[in-house]
Amino acid sequence: MEVVQENAAMLSNYEVLSLLKDNKQSQTKGKRQQNTNVATILYSTLKYLEKTPCAAVQSPEKLADFMQAVDGFNLTKAEKLQLLNLRPATAVEIQLLIEESEERLSEEQIEQLLATVAEHLGSEEVTEEEGPHQSEMKALIGPTLNADAVHRGEGGNFYFSNKLASIF
Amino acid sequence: MFTLVEMKDTVRVPPWRFKTKLNQAVEEALNMKLANKVVHNVGLCISLWDITEIADSYIFPGDGSSHTIVKFRYVVFRPFMDEILVGKIRSSSKEGVHVSLGFFDDILIPSDAMQHPSRFDEAEQLWVWKYDTGEGSHDLFMDIGEEVRFRVVDETFVDTSPTGPESSSSGVDGAETQEVTAEKKSPFTLIGAVSEPGLGLLTWWNNT
Repeated sequence: MEVVQENAAMLSNYEVLSLLKDNKQSQTKGKRQQNTNVATILYSTLKYLEKTPCAAVQSPEKLADFMQAVDGFNLTKAEKLQLLNLRPATAVEIQLLIEESEERLSEEQIEQLLATVAEHLGSEEVTEEEGPHQSEMKALIGPTLNADAVHRGEGGNFYFSNKLASIF
Repeated sequence: MFTLVEMKDTVRVPPWRFKTKLNQAVEEALNMKLANKVVHNVGLCISLWDITEIADSYIFPGDGSSHTIVKFRYVVFRPFMDEILVGKIRSSSKEGVHVSLGFFDDILIPSDAMQHPSRFDEAEQLWVWKYDTGEGSHDLFMDIGEEVRFRVVDETFVDTSPTGPESSSSGVDGAETQEVTAEKKSPFTLIGAVSEPGLGLLTWWNNT
């Protein structure tokens, strides 16, 4: 095997996520040969990416709009990619992502950039996602706690659910 | 954090796979060979992106399989230098904090790249940032499982492919091979840093 070009292009998290989702779909259809390595990396990468903000972007058009909107800020390709992937919501994050941001961007420009990110990519979805998940967890813990109240003798079980309750 | 890498390889399709379309057989063979593997000086391979060229297939004497030269593009995990990533703390030790991305575990934030001033709490086995609020300092613990934002400052590739007997290496090579055996386990390691404002646990910076 030989590598022709090491860095042909940079990919945004969104692009990788949509590729993996496609892969998963064709895998669940059952036509593919199963392989542990393929399945492992697919599962764990999907799991990671679905937690990142890029999972909330609905369409490639939105991304294109965003790229056009940040054109005026004179950013490098890598910096735009980082904006897409991480969606900064605070000025301190912008300072991290953009090299020498104090010299290159004025305070108003940073504000503008934050506004553009919020407008095109939206940043409120995280709290929405957490809502149903947490209540699900509670629903799962509920019955186990009750069961323990009955069988207190089974120490191991009791400790486990107790621990869970303290986490959530 | 992900890049496309163009590669070229000869794909062997065994006769019992002839019933599938060549495209699909090649795709599966490439994913089978590369997915979840680290290619030296390239990065961690995730999944096939597309096949750009399939040349003619050949059958060699003594082997019923077809051999095809294929050009393709692969999605590879390789963050660029100074990229900001978010991961979860896997474990802590005196040496530093180990961070995991879920699909990639070999990330170390060494002790000298912590927020200043930080110390390692021996009782809790956790790193603590002694944050100075002006009137007295505040202990901020880096708990296991917390999400942490860090900057990639270095990467190391270690060639883990099998080498000849160790006795053959001598003189100048001696030191090099010793280094390799010490880090044998992870072929690709990232070094992170959390020593700037905005870096560290996400919860530290949420409310500001």
